Amino acid sequence: MVTTPPAATNAAADKPFTAIDERLTPAVQAWLDAALAEAAEATAPAGHRRGLPAWELRFAEAGRRCGSETAADAARVLLLHTAGADAATAARLYRRGTADERRAVLLALPGLELAPEEGLPLVEDALRTSDTRLIAAAVGSYAAEHLAQHAWRHAVLKCLCTGVPAAAVAGLARRARGDAELARMLTDHTGECTAAGRPVPVDLYLVQALTAEAEEP
Amino acid sequence: MRIFDPHIHMTSRTTDDYEAMRAAGVRAVVEPSFWLGQPRTSPASFLDYFDSLLGWEPYRAAQYGIAHHCALALNPKEANDPRCVPVIDELPHYLVKDHVVAVGEIGYDSLTPAEDAAFAAQLQLAHDHGLPALVHTPHRDKLNGLRRTVDIVRESALPPERVLLDHLNETTAKEAKDSGAWLGFSVYPDTKMDVDRTVAVLKDFGTERVVVNSAADWGRSDPLTTRRVGDAMLRAGFSEDEADQVLWHNPVAFYGLSGRLNLDRGRPDAPYEGNTILRGGE
Repeated sequence: MVTTPPAATNAAADKPFTAIDERLTPAVQAWLDAALAEAAEATAPAGHRRGLPAWELRFAEAGRRCGSETAADAARVLLLHTAGADAATAARLYRRGTADERRAVLLALPGLELAPEEGLPLVEDALRTSDTRLIAAAVGSYAAEHLAQHAWRHAVLKCLCTGVPAAAVAGLARRARGDAELARMLTDHTGECTAAGRPVPVDLYLVQALTAEAEEP
Repeated sequence: MRIFDPHIHMTSRTTDDYEAMRAAGVRAVVEPSFWLGQPRTSPASFLDYFDSLLGWEPYRAAQYGIAHHCALALNPKEANDPRCVPVIDELPHYLVKDHVVAVGEIGYDSLTPAEDAAFAAQLQLAHDHGLPALVHTPHRDKLNGLRRTVDIVRESALPPERVLLDHLNETTAKEAKDSGAWLGFSVYPDTKMDVDRTVAVLKDFGTERVVVNSAADWGRSDPLTTRRVGDAMLRAGFSEDEADQVLWHNPVAFYGLSGRLNLDRGRPDAPYEGNTILRGGE
């Protein structure tokens, strides 16, 4: 099985970033403080990098500055939130981003003020990939809030098919409750697995149990 | 035997290759930007390619416990196509990214004025971004091309010890070494260098500042020639430390000049060994 980093799933599911959980070295802390100050200004140009705002350069280099992927994810999300990235900025950073940068934009979505027509194209792009870390980051609380039911059901099924833990899907119990169509899709998928002699993903039964719960009045 | 292939085009290779490479000892690769075997027609085509080198390809490599980094550039061949040249203006946005460890492949194909301009501009970009440069030396008019390459490097802001001159052979290695640059030998099944010639060159020029690569791509090539060179070195009397220097320490030292190498994903206990790329429905 492809292992999906727990950081991506925990962050995506229900906890918005407000700070970096792990202890940072003094050098990393100093880098982060300076980067966040630049993001708060969000205007200073970065010299020869041809008009790239300084904080966007920090956004790009977070991986090699922070020492761990978890810290880099958190630093990038904090930068996006501190800069108050608008829809155009978030889309540009996603579309011109590495996989790590794209994941950070997805993780930041719940804390950015993006209308569904602005943020959903990024979520849908990530859900089209086969990169499990992008898929896990795409099914966070922004998707739970805004993704249409058909696309959301396919996202859940894709998580099950690609080994992304169901725990990564924000709002799973609420949205799955009483969803007869999702239940049918899961039953059909169980049939496919059985026909092929492959194991049924363990989390499938968990999601199926959620669909069987009655909708709240 | 642990191997760092400092020049391989994995975009053109299958997961079977990744599996075989891992089994042969490959733990890290650098994939430089080159042409696709047919012409691109716009900068947008390059940007999709860069995205792949910064996203999908490292993900694929990680499934097999191989750390993937890349070098980005406008390649020498397409530097002659005015439709492609504007991608140089986009490069500064990409050269700042994690896992970009060099500017490359740059250099000469047919020794044209357009190649002069793209080569010089991109050596300057490497200097501006704190990156070393991977320089492709031409396959035709090779010695003359090597001399012109050395001249352009000398005129640039980038010191020669931050330049790797690649695709060298017996006719170009000495002048390349005298320039102060790193030496690269690409080992192919039936063009460029072969295993025995490479070992002979290593005997003549020593194992310092020398790297060996497969340069495997979409043509007839072999992603395991690095391992074959390592085995041949031991048979020829080189020590295990000398093989390790050429196949691991030297590429780590050269690309480490970027300050951006992250080899954790290629460590022997990486959790990805033996996995497959998963797609929906599999």
